[in-house]
Amino acid sequence: MKSMKLLALAALFILTIGLLAACGTENETGQADENQETDQTDEGTNASEENTEENTEETEELSGEVLIDGSSTVFPIMEGLTYEYNQENPSVELSLNSSGSGGGFKKSTVGEIDLSNASRPIKEEEIAIAEENGIELHELELAYDGLSVVVSQQNEFVENLTVDQLKKIFLADNDATQWSDINPEWPEETITIYSPGHDSGTFDYFNEVILEENPMKEGENVTLSEDDNLLVQGIQNDPYAIGYFGYAYYAENQDTLKVLGIDEGNGAIKPSGETIQDGSYSPLSRPIFTYVNVASLEKPQVYDFVEFTLNNAGSAAEHVGYVALPDEKYQEQLDKINELAGK
Amino acid sequence: MQIHISKSRMKRRIALNSIFRILFFLATTIGLVFLSLLLIRILNQGLGYLTIDFLRNFPAPYVEEAGMFAGIIGSLFLMLLTAPIAIILGVSTALYLEEYAPKNRFTNFIQVNVQNLAGVPSIVFGLLGLTFFVYLFQMGYTLIAGALTMSLLILPVIVVAAQEAIRSVPKEIKEASIGMGATKWQTIWRIVLPAAVPGILTGSILALSRAIGETAPLLIVGAATAIYTIPDSMLSKYTVMPIQIYSWTSRPQEEWQFVAGAGIIVLLVILLCMNAIAVWIRNKFQNRY
Repeated sequence: MKSMKLLALAALFILTIGLLAACGTENETGQADENQETDQTDEGTNASEENTEENTEETEELSGEVLIDGSSTVFPIMEGLTYEYNQENPSVELSLNSSGSGGGFKKSTVGEIDLSNASRPIKEEEIAIAEENGIELHELELAYDGLSVVVSQQNEFVENLTVDQLKKIFLADNDATQWSDINPEWPEETITIYSPGHDSGTFDYFNEVILEENPMKEGENVTLSEDDNLLVQGIQNDPYAIGYFGYAYYAENQDTLKVLGIDEGNGAIKPSGETIQDGSYSPLSRPIFTYVNVASLEKPQVYDFVEFTLNNAGSAAEHVGYVALPDEKYQEQLDKINELAGK
Repeated sequence: MQIHISKSRMKRRIALNSIFRILFFLATTIGLVFLSLLLIRILNQGLGYLTIDFLRNFPAPYVEEAGMFAGIIGSLFLMLLTAPIAIILGVSTALYLEEYAPKNRFTNFIQVNVQNLAGVPSIVFGLLGLTFFVYLFQMGYTLIAGALTMSLLILPVIVVAAQEAIRSVPKEIKEASIGMGATKWQTIWRIVLPAAVPGILTGSILALSRAIGETAPLLIVGAATAIYTIPDSMLSKYTVMPIQIYSWTSRPQEEWQFVAGAGIIVLLVILLCMNAIAVWIRNKFQNRY
């Protein structure tokens, strides 16, 4: 009797689970139906695909996996690209992760993924690991990002900073802690610093071009966070705060943040679409990348996705607040890919 | 004179009593206030974005088209795999420890370790899953690797809950069963387990509720952030709801915070459903002895 109840309960449990699963499959087939409407030629061409591998006409239906991982800075661009690509090629299974530039290279240098997004160039030691595993990674520039140094709109005294002043503010071995230490005309108020955390590619880049690998200030007036929105919130309401992050985060918060012009010696220049693209916003404009595993280019779906990426990266980048490369740069890279793929 | 003293003492005791009553009431309300603040904020932000399309769509770079379908199905499939693995292993372990294991140092040692494991940070289980399931057993970044990792994560909780439930079955009825000539296994299957079912299942479902909200270990064993297919086998790529929510909250554009709010509502509703099932089971089977 008791075991009967147990059985009944177990049956009920399984039934509930089955029901949930059935809901899933129902939706799944619904989705599949929609997909089939858009590509009726699916089945017919799949069979003959192997014979026509050389032929990359647009009518050819591709399938298989494209695995992408890497920088969270590049993620929004890649999400846009994978979304659009999926609309055109629903049978290609795209998987996009964002485990950071370093996390991506960990996987790409052992050949686990096809594309590795990065907000910094690949490091020597990562190239060495790739070579050990017989893997060649080819660098593609997708867009530019202008690392923006910002203060609050409530800050009335700073408009521009020179690179030397930036160093004074951020470097640990400089004991400037008040704005008046940077420029005697500025108020005697403590500088509060907001910076991306040490694991982010954004910090890596700032560390390289401004700090030149010297340690940054730490302590009670310094806030580190991997969450750029948190940095934005911290700076917004504090007239004596300063921080830096990708241009997109400034662009979304222009009404509360003030971006500073950076003077490298040729006059102060503020980041904007033009100054980032033509390189005059220096030294803080940086390219962002994806690295393609050259061996993966032999898979038709990976080659096709890379081609799609280079044709559409500019608009995808601008949609999410980055700056597109000049058109001819994409074309050059596409030619190079064709050469590598032997097309 | 004595009456006077005892009266003033009495007053003090009564005053102390009401002070503590107020203190404990405040302690209760603090939790409630923050819970309702959280709920109000999320409902405010998310409700406007919670549409049928949000439940049916795959990730998208446009706020209006972004959806959670891949995450919902991924999370449910993950739980469907995790639940049987963790419950069967967990209940078997508990049965062994409670019914079969000799009471010696070794059993004690296992006991203490299981309890400690329940407090290990989830990211550690992620690393364990990466080393063993993803690399050593060569499962790759697949659904089954994620499910096995999750099973390990919630196993200690289930073992402890099941042990409690089994222990609370009255000794007399077990002895009665054995006295009637039933074997140990017959006693366990027909007497102990049915009586322990509410405790076991309540514990299990609460453990699964924890698993469905986990992000860190799944990121490590390679759950995707954006994916446009739903898993069709145990070796498929997958994503889960918390990872999608996390990805939305970290974007610069403000609208994505609202999309994340909608995602949190879906996650909360599914969690509430699971907890409701747990409560229902407990009430249905309570006070059998």
